[in-house]
Amino acid sequence: MTPPSRLRSRDALRVAGAGLAARPLRMVLAALGIAVGIAAMVTVVGISASSREEIDQRLRALGTNLLTVEPGETLMTGEPAKLPQQGVDMVARIGSVTSVSAVGAVGDALVYRSDRIDPGRTNGITTMAARPDLLAAVSGEIDSGRWLDDALAAYPTVVLGATAAERLGVARTDATVTVWLGEQWFVVVGVLEPAPLAPELDAAALVGWPIAQELLGYEGAPTRLYERSPEDRVDDVRAVLPVTVNPENPEEVNVSRPSDALAAQTATDETLVSLLLALGGVALLVGGIGVANTMVIAVLERRVEVGLRRALGATRAHIRIQFLGESVLLAGLGGIGGAILGGIVTAIFAASRDWPFALPAWVLGGAAAATILVGALAGAYPAARAARMSPTAALAAM
Amino acid sequence: MVAALRGVTRTYPGRPPVCALQAVDLCIERGELVGIVGPSGSGKTTMLNILGTLDRADAGTVRIAGHDVGTLTDRQLSALRAHRIGFVFQQFFLSPGVSALDNVADGLLYTGLPLADRRRRAEQTLARVGLADRAHHRPHELSGGQGQRVAVARALVGHPAILLADEPTGALDSESSADVVVLLHELHQSGTTIVVITHDHEVADMLPRQVHIRDGRITADDAVSMPRVAG
Repeated sequence: MTPPSRLRSRDALRVAGAGLAARPLRMVLAALGIAVGIAAMVTVVGISASSREEIDQRLRALGTNLLTVEPGETLMTGEPAKLPQQGVDMVARIGSVTSVSAVGAVGDALVYRSDRIDPGRTNGITTMAARPDLLAAVSGEIDSGRWLDDALAAYPTVVLGATAAERLGVARTDATVTVWLGEQWFVVVGVLEPAPLAPELDAAALVGWPIAQELLGYEGAPTRLYERSPEDRVDDVRAVLPVTVNPENPEEVNVSRPSDALAAQTATDETLVSLLLALGGVALLVGGIGVANTMVIAVLERRVEVGLRRALGATRAHIRIQFLGESVLLAGLGGIGGAILGGIVTAIFAASRDWPFALPAWVLGGAAAATILVGALAGAYPAARAARMSPTAALAAM
Repeated sequence: MVAALRGVTRTYPGRPPVCALQAVDLCIERGELVGIVGPSGSGKTTMLNILGTLDRADAGTVRIAGHDVGTLTDRQLSALRAHRIGFVFQQFFLSPGVSALDNVADGLLYTGLPLADRRRRAEQTLARVGLADRAHHRPHELSGGQGQRVAVARALVGHPAILLADEPTGALDSESSADVVVLLHELHQSGTTIVVITHDHEVADMLPRQVHIRDGRITADDAVSMPRVAG
């Protein structure tokens, strides 16, 4: 008996590769369509992953264990409630609390660059009394100058939040600049960096607690408490905070976790990411149609080759494998090119924003799977058509 | 017997249907060199396709290399072509951009032999057709006669039971043409069974046995008038 026809898998690969290499321009153009789609998808996922990585890094640096306490509304009248003055001391007594601080808004003290400025132009800056331990609690950083220590806190000195300094046009912190704050001259001794976990400080003018009470008529009730505890104790602390801060009316106290808001930014981005990903998917689909088109034309042009191969002993399956292999190889080349391109674009984008570069491995695996699938789908019909061709008709196509 | 057709009929559907072969009987013994001669449209290409198992008969039995072709599946026919049948075409059908050696080695592609073995045997076969020194030339660097000799080598490389040549000299000038005919005679001398299809009486006259075909019927066969044929 005659042994069966057999095409080694290495030869099948060689035959498919040679078929592509015989028409290099067409191969590049068809692969380009796939490359654009894959590059788009890899870039979208890569940029989104890099941005998330950046936020994660920031959160890791800032810590996610910060809780803030604000007054809510009084239950009976719906008026704004107040926090008791001794709240900070009470919270400090909770066993697992590692640091606690507070600010108090000095409501009627407005801030101007000088006493000649139109009183209507408030710049939206809030004056706040700040405890000396505030920076440690919110992981705040001094951009220039110094922070309000116990000594400065008793004098008319002010530290500006990043936004506040920008709005007032204050760039120098060498005690030569004064601002008109609550009808008094205050010396600017420092400017803060933006505080991602306490964004309310960015547009604030921070003064010492004693001087606020002395010069600005501040009553001394804190309007926001900042508290940190070990990560695994946060939920326990959160549960007891309201009753600790305000034992008489715990329901008038709001507790929140600022890192949640920051993390939520990532979540909102996700809708956009899926939309862009879908757009990349459409590009990939169009690329796949391009490959299918190329393969249909290739099969028509190469009927004689099909006939010759059948005469040399190829089975229908061998012909199908050859054209399917070409299609998958074509899409695969596009996929590899696209993944490299997408990686480069992501790296450039991340570098331009000072983000870390993050490209999860599943993206590359997904891109590989997508190209193989697209190649197989695009090649299925042309390959079946080539396999169905009768050898005599194929040879007569000359 | 290498090939035997009994009452083979092949009709192509259409309006009106074209009867390419009608109740044809033909026997080809091992070692024969047979010319199938006829004008175009006489059915000789259909005959070659049926001998080469590229096409199936509508009626009658076809036996090639001991197999009843009618009972074989498409895969089995492919296997038969891969191992037992060699084809030479008028247009050579060499792969452009591929060396003569690899073109010949492709004759063994579907036998599953490893590439190194295929090349080794291709080298020997190229030497057999007198082209050992052209192994690394590409088809466009070869003359027409050399190209056809490469194609003959590709058909021979698997040691087929039967070599089918469809107008092997049809695309060649008379000098190259004579060259190829000489080669076919040499192969015949060394024992290869060869069937040559041609409309060229000059070529046909040089062949030891001629089968004349017209309108799908065999009109003359040297072997039938002289039943005892050398071979």
